Formats: sequence, C-alpha cells, structure tokens
Amino acid sequence: MNEAYIYDAVRTPRGKGKKDGTLHEVPAVRLSALALNALKERNNLDGHAVEDVIWGNVTQVGEQGACLARSAVLYSDLDERIPGVSINRFCASGLEAVNMAANQVRGGAGDAFIAGGVESMSRVPMGSDGGAIAADPFLAMKTYFVPQGISSDIIATKYGFSRDDVDGYAVESQKRAAAARADNRFAKSLFTVRDQNGIAILDRDEMIRETDMQSLGGLTPSFKAMGEQMPGFDAVALMKYPDLERINHVHHAGNSSGIADGAAAMLIGNKEYGERNGLKPRARIRATSRVGTDPTIMLTGPVPATERVLAAAGMQIGDIDLFEVNEAFASVVLRFLQYFNADHDKTNVNGGAIAMGHPLGATGAVILSTLLDELERSDKETGLATLCIGSGMGAATIIERV
Amino acid sequence: MTDFTYAVDDEGVAIITWDCPGKSMNVLSFDALRVLDSHVDSALADDVVKGVIITSGKKDFAGGMDLNVLAKLKADAGDDPAKGVFDGVMQMHAILRKIERAGMDAKTNKGGKPIACAMPGTGMGIGYEIPLACHRIFVADNPKAKIGLPEIMVGIFPGAGGTTRLVRKMGAMAAAPYLLEGKSLAPAKAKAAGMIDEVVPADQLMETARAWVLSAGDSDIVKPWDAKGYKMPGGAPYHPAGFQTFVGAAAMIHAKTQGVYPAAKALLSAVYEGAMVPFDTALKIEARWFTNVIMNPSSSAMIRSLFINKGALEKGAVRPKDVPDQRVQKVGVLGAGMMGAGIALVSAMAGIEVVLLDQDQAAADRGKAYSESYMDKGIARKKATPEKKEAVLALITATTDYAALKGCDLIVEAVFEDPTIKATVTKATEAVIGDDCIFATNTSTLPISELAKASQRPEQFIGIHFFSPVERMALVEIIKGKETGDRAVAKALDFTRQIRKTPIVVNDARFFYANRCIIPYINEGMRMIGEGIEPALIENAAKMLGFPVGPLQLVDETSIDLAEKIARATKAAMGDAYPDSAVDEVIFWMFEQGRLGRKSKAGFFTYDEKGKRAGLWEGLGAQYPAAADQPDVTEVQHRLMFAQVLEAVRALEENVLMDIREGDVGAILGWGFAPWSGGPFSWLDMMGAQRAADLCDALSAKYGDRFQTPPLLRDMAQKGEEFYTRFSTSQEAA
Repeated sequence: MNEAYIYDAVRTPRGKGKKDGTLHEVPAVRLSALALNALKERNNLDGHAVEDVIWGNVTQVGEQGACLARSAVLYSDLDERIPGVSINRFCASGLEAVNMAANQVRGGAGDAFIAGGVESMSRVPMGSDGGAIAADPFLAMKTYFVPQGISSDIIATKYGFSRDDVDGYAVESQKRAAAARADNRFAKSLFTVRDQNGIAILDRDEMIRETDMQSLGGLTPSFKAMGEQMPGFDAVALMKYPDLERINHVHHAGNSSGIADGAAAMLIGNKEYGERNGLKPRARIRATSRVGTDPTIMLTGPVPATERVLAAAGMQIGDIDLFEVNEAFASVVLRFLQYFNADHDKTNVNGGAIAMGHPLGATGAVILSTLLDELERSDKETGLATLCIGSGMGAATIIERV
Repeated sequence: MTDFTYAVDDEGVAIITWDCPGKSMNVLSFDALRVLDSHVDSALADDVVKGVIITSGKKDFAGGMDLNVLAKLKADAGDDPAKGVFDGVMQMHAILRKIERAGMDAKTNKGGKPIACAMPGTGMGIGYEIPLACHRIFVADNPKAKIGLPEIMVGIFPGAGGTTRLVRKMGAMAAAPYLLEGKSLAPAKAKAAGMIDEVVPADQLMETARAWVLSAGDSDIVKPWDAKGYKMPGGAPYHPAGFQTFVGAAAMIHAKTQGVYPAAKALLSAVYEGAMVPFDTALKIEARWFTNVIMNPSSSAMIRSLFINKGALEKGAVRPKDVPDQRVQKVGVLGAGMMGAGIALVSAMAGIEVVLLDQDQAAADRGKAYSESYMDKGIARKKATPEKKEAVLALITATTDYAALKGCDLIVEAVFEDPTIKATVTKATEAVIGDDCIFATNTSTLPISELAKASQRPEQFIGIHFFSPVERMALVEIIKGKETGDRAVAKALDFTRQIRKTPIVVNDARFFYANRCIIPYINEGMRMIGEGIEPALIENAAKMLGFPVGPLQLVDETSIDLAEKIARATKAAMGDAYPDSAVDEVIFWMFEQGRLGRKSKAGFFTYDEKGKRAGLWEGLGAQYPAAADQPDVTEVQHRLMFAQVLEAVRALEENVLMDIREGDVGAILGWGFAPWSGGPFSWLDMMGAQRAADLCDALSAKYGDRFQTPPLLRDMAQKGEEFYTRFSTSQEAA
C-alpha cells in the first residue's frame, strides 16, 4: 500500500454567511476556483497535475448545483483534463474529500488529488436543497427526525451540560480564536480573497467577536420554541430518549457554529509524486474513518469515529498531541472531552467554528489545515481531526508530521 | 332489491338514488359499488342524459363503508391478501375516477357530463368520498347532518380517494383536522371550510342540483387538479412553505400517535408521496398505503374492537335473549355525591325520570346543581340549548324522602364505599320500592355478592360500576353477583343502552375486571420507583405504549390516600398471601410525606398553585436514588403491559370475564388500554401466545410470580392458538 501525504493546504478566510458578510458578493464557484488557483500557484500544478478534484459541498442546488467541482476546475486555471467530483457528507464533506483522496492514493488509483470543499451559505441557504430525511413522513418517523439544534440540546441534557457549561465553552473558543488571529497563527494556510482586478476583498476570519458569560447569558435558546411548541420536536426526542423527562434547551447563536462562507483545498499525493515534482510532504495521513450513529441525537459521531480511526491507526487516545473537534455546537465538543477525558488544552487550541464560522462543505478541510499548521508551529507530531455529521454520522482523520 | 336505483327525468337528468333496502342508513358494500358503476356507465353512454344527480332515498346520504367488507376483501384474497385488498381499492378508485372525469376528453377536458351530489343529510367516510368525486356537492340545510371522514378513529384512513382529493382541494395543512383527527362538520361549517359547495333548503335540494346540472358547462366540471397549471394549496413538499408543513406534520403526528398508530403515519406518507405526482398516480399511492394499513394487525384489531365488537356490545350481544324490553322509566339514584350526580345527569339526558336522594336536602340539591352547571357549559359551547337544559332539570327530583322512590323501576345506589352504610340504604329502599324494581349498586371495589346479603331479593340485585367522570367515560361495567338473575342483567344492559354507554358484563370477584387490571399497572410503576428506575422512563414507556397517562400520573390523579386505603384493605383481606409489600413501601412513604397526588398539589409530580402539573418531583430521587443501570425501555414496557394483560387472562380463566370481546373493549374504554392494540387479548394475539409465554417466563424469573404464565396462555402457546380463534364460538353465539 502507498502512503498518502499532505503536500500543501490553503483556505480562504471565513466570511460571515449572511447578506452583510464580506464574501457574500463572491459566487461559490469563484471562491472554489480561488482556492484551486492558490494551490496551483504555490505548488506549480501545471498541466494534468492531479488525478481528480474531490470537492465537498453540502447544498448542491442553484449555483452550487450541477457538479460544482467540475465547474470550479473549469473556472480556475487548472488544466481541463482534470475532472471534478462533488461530494456531500454534510458537515464533514471537506474532511471526507481529503479522506477519499488519501485512500485513492493509498489504493493506487492516482498519484495525487486536490481535495477540499466550499460553501457559500450566504448565497445558497442551508436546507434549500430540501431533503427526504426531514419531510418524508416514513423516513422522518422511522428515524425520529429532529433538527440538529434539538439534537445538540439532547446531548447537553443527556450528558449533563448546563447553560453555563456551553456558554463557558463558547467564551473560550472566541478567546482562543482572537489570540490565534492576533498571533498570526493562520497565516500559513490563509490566502486573501481578491476580486478580478486583484483588489483585496477579505484577508482575515471576520466573525470572531468579543464576548463574555454575561452577554451570552442574555441570548434566548434557539431551539426551545420548535422543541416545546410548534411543531414540538422535543416529544419526538423523548420517544427516542425516554429516560429524559424533558429537553434542556441551552444552545443559541452564541454557542453554536456560525453561518459562514469559505473554501479550503489540500494537495494530497504519494511519495513519488512529491519527489517527481520537488514537493516536500508536510504530513502523512495515518488513518481515516467514517461511522453511522443514532440519527436522532445525530451529533455524537466524533466519539465512535475517533475510536474507529484510532483502531485503524493502532493508536491510543493518549498518542494524539492535538485535537480538532468541529464546534458545530458547544455540547458536541464537551461530550467528546467528557467521553475521552481529553484535555481541553490540546483541543481546538486556536478556537473553532463557534468563533470563526462553519462553511459546511469546507470546514473539514479547514480544521485539518489548522491542525497541520498548529502541529508545525508548536512542533508536535500527531493530530486528530473529527466532525459530527447530520443524519447521525461522524468522520475522523489522523495525521502525523514527517 | 338494489342499493342504487336509476331513473332519467324529462329534462334528461339521470337520478341515481342510494337507498339500501331494510336499513335506516346507507352503508356501502362492494356489490353495491358495482351497481353504482353500471348506472354511471348507463348515464355516460345515453345521449339523452345531459347530466347526473347522485342522491339518497334516506334522510341522510350515507354513514360510510361496511367495515366488514374490508375484512372480507382480505380473507377472500387467498394466499396474497395484500394484492386482494390493493386490487379491490383500485377498482373503487376507477369507479370514482370515472364519475370525476365523466366522459370528458383526456387532453381537452371537454365533452363530459356534469355530475352533482345532492345530500339530504349526513355523509361520512365513503359517504363523503363519493361526493368528493362528483363535480358539485349540494347539502340540505339540516343542522344535524355531519360531513366528514372519521376513518382515522377506527384505525384506518380515507382510502377511496378522500385523502388525495381533500388534500388537493384544500392543502395538506387545512385538510389535517378532517383527515388526521376525523373532525366532522355540520353543513354550514363544512361549506365555510370548503368541504362542500352549497347548502340549500331541504325542499329545494333536488331542484337546485338539477338546475346546476342543466346549466353547467365544460369548465364547471373540471377538477382543479385535472386542469393545467394546478398547484397544491399551501405548497407541495419541496415548495418552501410546503416543506415546513411536511417537516412539522411528521413530527406532530409522530408525537401525537407516540409512533404506535399505523394509520396516521401511512396517511401522511400517502399525502406526501401523492403530492409530487399526477392525480391518478397519487390515487395508486394512496391505495398502496391504505393496503399497508389494512394489512397491519393493529388496524384489524382496532376495527374489530372499536367498531365491530363495541357496536355489538352496545346492541346487546351479551344480553340474555329471552328477557323482554327492560328500558328504564324512572330511576332512583341514592347518594348525590360526584358519582350519583353524574348518574342522575346522564339518565336525565337520556329522557329518564330521576329521583336523586341524599341524607340532607342541601346535598341532594348540590347533586342536581351539577346537571345545571353541566348544561350551562354546554349552552356556552353551543352544544346544548336552554330548552334542553330545562327538560333535563325538570326530570330530576332532588329529595331526602325515600317515599319518592316509589314507582322507580331501577335503583342505582352510589353512597359511600362502606358495606354497613350500603346495607342500611338497601334495606330502607327495598321497603318502599315495588317488587319488580331492580337494585343496582355502583361500587368499584366491594364484592356484589356480599352487598347482596342486605337485599331481600338477591336475584334482582346487581352491580353497575360507573367510571368517573360519569358523563365522559364510555364504559359501564355490569357485575353479576352469585344470585343475580337474567332480568337484572337485561335491566342493567337496557339502561346502559339508554344512556348511550358501552357495557361489559362480568362475574363477581375482587376488583371485578377493570380495577383488577389497573391496580397492577399502578403497582408495577410503584415497584419500579422502589427499584430506582428513572421515573421519566416509567412514564414515557407507558405513553409510548399508547396509554393516556403513565402509572405515576394515574396514581396522582386517583390520589395516593386511595391507593393507601386499598393497599391496607387488600392486605387485611389476603393476610400472608399478600404479594405487594414492595409497592406499599413506596405508597406508604408518599402518604407519610403528605404527597397525596393532584388534590394536594403534591405527589409523584409537582403542581403549580392552579393544580397544573409541572414536572416529576425531584425529592423522589433522594428517597429512591436512580440505579446506575437503567433497564431498556422495552423491558419497562413489557412489565407495565403484562401486569395488566395477565390479569385479564386470569379474569378469563376464572370466568370473571366471560367474553374476550368484553375484555378488549372494556380495557380500551375503561382505562385507555393501548387502543392501537385492540385490547389485552388482541395484543397477546398480535404477539403470539408462544412469545408471550416466553416473555412471561423470563419476567417471572427476574421479577417474581406475578408474571407467571397463566395455564390458559401456556396451553394456547403449546397448541399455537390465538384468543380470537380459540374463543370464536362465544363470538358467534352472541
């Protein structure tokens, strides 16, 4: 079996994913192409340089429809002989793209791939692609469907995280992100999004904000009304978790991931690819995993995905130097820390999606690049990135520096 | 003799009249449907015929489908019953669709004949689905008429196009109350809701319909869903607004049905899948889901218990055959407390003269005032009129004078649950009433044969156990003492029929039938508390079985001091054999804490000042800490179920229960036993005797003798029998 290496990683800053977000004016296909071009320029990817572009993207309708991956290749400066495939593993799409690329390389189906993803949530709203999981009565009832905000509150209730716990976690995420940005820790991957004239549009993650327990304490729980009143998702949740008397609604805009626009890309290849092209591998992709879990609580996937990736790597939790656990909701990370008794000081050390936003299709590749940069900066060896995923899934990747 | 007649008038209007011979209400059978089909063919083929009116020869249009037909459809289909049902339903669709398209050209929608439905009164179920297929629905302004689709209430859903048509007519959200709750409306309201087109004076019904038929043009008879550019009101599932509707509907239905009623789920799937395809495909989808429901054992069991057998019991299935009419003219109600006041009310509402007697006049008057306030509430809600109130009150005489009981042909005694007081009252009453008068005692716990000892004519002495509140609870449990005669049974049954309740007749034994089963249900909940099982898990497990309230809420409602009293009395009666000390520990502790349930605003739950339930009492956890290992919800459910169901089986073994139909219907109506299951015996049949016996063996090994497999169930397991086959003779005999 071949080894798969990360040769480079780039990402856009994360813009606020609303109409007043700075990246709102940039179409998703251009945002994608900018990431591909950045990777091409930094690594001289001329001609038929890679086997494929595997591109994570969740809401594949409108301008993100019709195989955005191929459109992005054609929009970019890459050679037209490079195809493209859009994939959707919800929130882990960007990581799944990397994992697929790595496993293709390991299996010998190509020397190198570009993997990553994009989401312009300001332009193509989350959920605008419909979906049977929520609307098809047979499926929704079979799976005890509840929206993921309710799921995050089930986690908090079942595992005992109070409003103070989740707010406290959110305050820390903002603090870490602000410190990381001030310290320029994202500089290695981050490139400036520019217009067609070369004028800078955005050069930094724009959603980080100053916050404290008091300001968060004033926010209304986001999922209480849909849970307790119309249409009453809590009752469905309690049918799946009958040991709970009620759902404690603790999540709100301030302790959940932000809606964001952004893209990220990585160059993945085998050893010979690097040697042939004069590229130095930055990390080896040691193992990958993907799991299915209970779709109702939905967001507990990082735990079994981590156990599975550790088993695949033949490692223990203690062998990991740094963790990136996507901050979809504060309770997701708190549950991860609780289950593994993991050290918060080793986890999401530069903040996460609560502070900087979660552009769905891109985030997996974003946090993996953040992990790689931080391993290098702090001179550590092994990192693990994992995300919870809609409809009850999880994915994880272990990388180690070479 | 045919259910539909056909005639063409001078103006060329074909009149198809539905008039089932020998019945007061039209009910549709498959044979009749074929007759209707041939009449429609005749009308469409005959050039003289310009249009059609479908009407009824009775005061109402139609009551619905003969539900026995569905069972027959399944039985007749041999080794592929699902195919038989599906094909039968598709035939029905074809006929109704023929009416709807009325010979018009498939592409141009031109050349069809107008078909109106003229309804003199009520149209329910298929009696509204046929009109829905017509081009215009006229209903007489009969305020007593009801228009609706009640199928969901017996465990199925409108499967003759009613679901697909109503949703396309008004949108999924607007149609929900009629499809998912079976809500029916009087004509004026039905018109306002868009269910029907016109309400006309009864004597102008036919002429209005005829005028419309003769004047209707091509565009008047094309259904919106057959016209170009049709869009579903409120949005189809992947329209932004429609998406929210469907996501919300799935969650609401799931929560409301606790996932145990197949019909509502299937209905919603039919609506969802049907909304995204052309009309004829939608009908096929509706037929597939309808077949799926008919094939579900829960639906068969619900139809059997809630429709067929409930109806049979109400019509006197278990009444002694040879006793002449025993309808009550004048009833004496002894004791004007909550039960007595309720019994007086329902009797007077049925037009029976009532003597309501209590020891002091103020108490008797209070009892009568209950009827007054009940009728006032009815008037406020427009369910009653001041005239009806006057009539009801005029029938009730509140008194302290035993002599007023003279002329009563039935006495219902409802004084305190104390044998001494009851004996005194019995004697005082028998001193004044006539020789023919039947004496009934309303008791929920005292053995009838013991109480009968105070009577000089025990063959005329019987138990009638009403449930509280009397005016709301549909079941009446009639208890035969050792010496109770047939006339007393017939009297109690005829009285029950007059007050429009559903009777079951059982033999005398401790707690009779209903309470015999309910008490172990509560007790099992108490035991689980003692074992440290999460209270929320106990309550949720019960609700997910389809019980209206969990055991903890139930004991809070009925009060903990009553549970304490019953426990002490039972213990005294049983002595060393008493098996429920583990239950008592919890009950007695709660009693000592002064947490007596809702009435003291403190029980297993906490309550606000108004008595509204807030949440489970956290103090319970201090006394009975949650065990580290919590059982699977299924195990909790099996304990709660078998605690009741095995008592039902034992009641049958001991001949307390004489007919499994009564056991099933009584359980659903008496204490809300999982209606989706069709009752305890249907539930066991669905599970299979062998599996039930295996589960009991496992439960008794783990939790004790109360779960021991009864010999009857063991025997059935060995023989591979079902209750409804083994005891089918009693069904036919009745």
